[in-house]
Order: sequence, then structure tokens, then C-alpha cells
Amino acid sequence: MATVSIRDIRKSFGPVSIIKGVDVDIADGEFVILVGPSGCGKSTLLRMIAGLEDVTSGEIRIGDRLINDVPPKDRDIAMVFQSYALYPHMTVAENMGFSLRLKGTSKAEQATRVGAAAASLGLTPLLDRYPRQLSGGQRQRVAMGRAIVRDPQVFLFDEPLSNLDAKLRVAMRAEIKELHHRLKTTTVYVTHDQIEAMTMADKIVVMHDGIVEQIGAPLDLYDSPANRFVAGFIGSPAMNFVEGTMTEEGLSLPSGTILPLHQRPPAAVGSALTYGIRPEHLQLAPVGTPGAIPAVVTVVEPSGLDTTLIVKAEGGPMTVVLRERVSLRPGDAIALRPVANQSHLFDAAGLRIASL
Amino acid sequence: MIQGLSAEEWAAVGISLKVAVTAMLVSLLPGLVIAVALERGRFWGRQALDILVHLPLVLPPVVVGYLLLLGFGRKGPIGAFLADHLGIVLSFRWTGAALACAIMGFPLLVRAIRLSLDSVDRKLEDAAGTLGANPAWVFVCVTLPLILPGIFAGMVLSFAKAMGEFGATITFVSNIPGETQTLPSAIYTFTQIPGGESGALRLTLISLLISVSALAVSEWMARRVRQRLSAR
Repeated sequence: MATVSIRDIRKSFGPVSIIKGVDVDIADGEFVILVGPSGCGKSTLLRMIAGLEDVTSGEIRIGDRLINDVPPKDRDIAMVFQSYALYPHMTVAENMGFSLRLKGTSKAEQATRVGAAAASLGLTPLLDRYPRQLSGGQRQRVAMGRAIVRDPQVFLFDEPLSNLDAKLRVAMRAEIKELHHRLKTTTVYVTHDQIEAMTMADKIVVMHDGIVEQIGAPLDLYDSPANRFVAGFIGSPAMNFVEGTMTEEGLSLPSGTILPLHQRPPAAVGSALTYGIRPEHLQLAPVGTPGAIPAVVTVVEPSGLDTTLIVKAEGGPMTVVLRERVSLRPGDAIALRPVANQSHLFDAAGLRIASL
Repeated sequence: MIQGLSAEEWAAVGISLKVAVTAMLVSLLPGLVIAVALERGRFWGRQALDILVHLPLVLPPVVVGYLLLLGFGRKGPIGAFLADHLGIVLSFRWTGAALACAIMGFPLLVRAIRLSLDSVDRKLEDAAGTLGANPAWVFVCVTLPLILPGIFAGMVLSFAKAMGEFGATITFVSNIPGETQTLPSAIYTFTQIPGGESGALRLTLISLLISVSALAVSEWMARRVRQRLSAR
């Protein structure tokens, strides 16, 4: 168990700068998820923590120990890879006991520890099999088992669920979370899937283009995104954005509708702003309601639990999620009223300047 | 047909097998080291080494044999050193034939191992590092088992090349019955003497038999290893 501290980490491959100064503090026992679109540098950062990539500049510490130049084998970490990286020439038991064999642990203790990990993951009947004889989910569990048997100070996960089908992914999500609850080992987990990040993390680090956009608890990021990128990245379906201009009466949309604002944002009249509102914070209103955004329904997607509408509004397409079932059809004209205190305003640079 | 082989023909078969097996075994370790260096290493002169290793593939075999004669002959710099200090004489000995065959087969061996190294999933090696293995252990426990098919393939190619090597061998160690006369040089000799057709044919059939057996054994081994290593 240990803290992980990342200080002004930079990484370049030749002239190309991949990570441009990242600071993250991870508390002992915390489950931290690095999330962002592909190419944002999250996997590179994880591989730097693992020691599989050199650090161009900055400091990485595990506990109090500076580990920039410590080889991977001495960092006391265990990593789970997207491709699982199981050894095809070893059985499940040999794969799981690999770290113990390297340490020269006695056969009896190897068997005990591998057995205990296998039992906790439901792998006991598979110990004598080879990876090729396992399903994707089983391989994933073996990879986790191998990491657990190592009993490291820090677990590193690199997109471990990306190769699984949707249903298994949901199941494994819960399993990893439960595992972390049981072992309480500091964990750094990389994913591009914001749902994984939201559902599993104690703390999310949103990365984009080699920098950290925001760090915070899942619901804090959801409710108070620091900028337009985080607002659009976290949440599914994604937040709706409408471009507008600040006026005395409120926010003027391109076609002339004025969205009344409940309070005066810190923006000069005439400045260009982006209005953001989540799909579940739009309600149906009678057509013609003042302050409501007129729209035409293009797609209706009932999921049973809720109904998703994709509509053509004046600022472009918007998504609406309604808890109730509705009898709307494509082509119907509707009006959408924003729920009070649930919308955000972003300035031209993308920074959130107000929530109202 | 087998009973029909003369003592000299048997000797040629024996020498060929001895030369080919020796050439294959002697070149295995250097081949592995150079394949790893070329595939994974970043060092000054890598390109030059790559070209040097591939030279026997593009040079006329006679040229390679002649260069060996210049370097490893009794009067050549390396040959004189080996003879004076270690008592090893290569020219006009079967060991010289093995050296010539090893060099001619070396690019094939190295290429086969490099190909399999290239196809190793680097994540498997990364994972071993994070699980506490130092680079040497990573190589022994992970990389080596994964490239076994390539090593086998390279060994078979090296053996087959040695069985068929003619130009470099005959130039470097000549064609001395009972010492350096291999199957190809014996067949060549038969074709040069009147009435030698039946001898040439007998040895050709033997040559065919050995080559096909080697291929069959290597296929069988490759299949077994592939089965063991298949990820899914």
C-alpha cells in the first residue's frame, strides 16, 4: 500500500510532446482512473508509472521513493494489460504464480497463494488449463489473479475491459470494484470509457492532449465540469451545447430565441458564450412557451427505462432523455425547457464561467 | 539401393550429415545473439552488421569460399593464428566444410529468428518486468519459449542449406574423399566421370530422403510448438 505522486511529468518521443506537464496525487488505497480520448497520453502515463517508458522530465514517487530510474521489477507494482499478456506456454497456475517463482518462493507457498487468489476469483477449476482454453472473461480474471498474487503496493490497469463484450464488461466492472474494496490496494486504472470511470473511480483524472483537464470525484466532474471538454466528455449521452451571444435579456441563440438566465453571468454583453445542458435537464414544454427552445423530433429511442429523443433545435442537434414514456414521432414539433440551476456557460476559451 | 552404396559413398553421406549438424549447432548461439541484437538492439554499426550477416545470401558461394580460404587458410591471418595457437586447422578438413556451411546458412538462421522475435507480443515481456523479472529472466522465461518455432525453423534452414552447400565448400576445403567430400561434391564428382550416372542417382535419392525427412521432422515440431503457444 502506498501513495503515488506525479510531479510535472513530461514525455516526448523525439520532437513530439505526448505528455505536457501532469501533476496527480494518489492517496494510499485510492482507486484513480485516468480517462480521456485515444492519444491523450493516459496509457503512456501509466506505462511511465510502471517503468515501461522513460520519463522525459518530472518526478514519479511511490510512497516516499523516487522511482524515475528504478527498473519495473523493483517498483513493487503489478500491471494488468488490455491484451491480458498471459503466457501461452504456461498453465493458469503457472501464470498466476509467475512472480512468486521469480522470487524463489517455495512450491508449497506458491500453491497456497495461487490457490487463495484463484478461489477468490472463481478460477480454481481452471488452474491446470492453458490460456488458449479459456474464454475472454476467464483470461481477464487470470491476469488479475497474477497481479493479486504479486501482492504489490500499486495495481496498474491498462484498459483491462476493452476486449470484453458489453455484458461481461459490466460484470467485470463490478468485480474489479469489489476486489479493490476487499484488498484496498492503491490502483491506477486507464480507460477511454467514461462510464467505467464514473462507475468505478474514487477519483477521476480527465486527460486531453497531454494535459490534465480536471481531477475530481465522479459526480463532481459531472455536476461541475471545469471546462467544455470535460463537460462534453463525461456523461452519456453527452451534454448539449448551443452557441449564443450574451444580451441584456439573456442568451440570444442564432435564430433569435432568448434563453432567460436566472442570474447574471460574469460576461460582458455581446460576448460569445456556449450554453451547455445535459440531456436529462431538458423538459418538454408546450410549443411557444417563452424561454423554451423550439425543436423538431428526428429520432425516438425508447429503452424501457427512459426515452431518448434526438431533436433538431435551432443551434443544431440536441439529445433529450426523458424518464417518462412519450408518444412522440419523428417530425413532431416540440419545445424544450431547461431545468433551473442545471445549465452551464462556457466562455470562448471553453472555461466554465457560470452554472445557473 | 542402400546396399549398393560403396564405402566412399557412405563416407560422403556421413560427412555431409556431420558437417550439416555441426554447422547448425555451431551457428545456433551466435545466430540467436545476433538476431536479438539486430532486432532489439540500438547500437553503432547495427546497419553494417546487418549487411555483413546477409552477405552470404547475395555473394556467389565461390566468393565466400575464396574469402574463407584467404582468411582461414593455413597462411591466412585467422587460419595461421588458429593453427599456431590453438592447433585448429580448418582448410581442407571437414571442420572447414562445417565453417563454410555455417556461414552460408547463417543469414537464413538469423532471419528466421528475427521474424519470430518481431512477432512476439512485447506486452508479454513488459508484464514479466512488472511482475519482478530482470531482463535476462524475461528473455529466458518469456521470449525464448515464444520464439522456439522461429529457432526450429532457422535450424532446419541452416541444416538444409548445409546439406546442399557446394560452391563455398569446394572452394575452401576442396573435394577430398573421406575428409571433405560431401554429398553434393560426391554427386558432382560422379557426373564428371564416365559411367558415374548410377552413383550420382543413388546419392541424389539419399539427398532427397534426408531433406524430406528433415522437413517432415521440422513441420511436426513446429506444429507441436505452435499448438502449445497459440494464444487462443
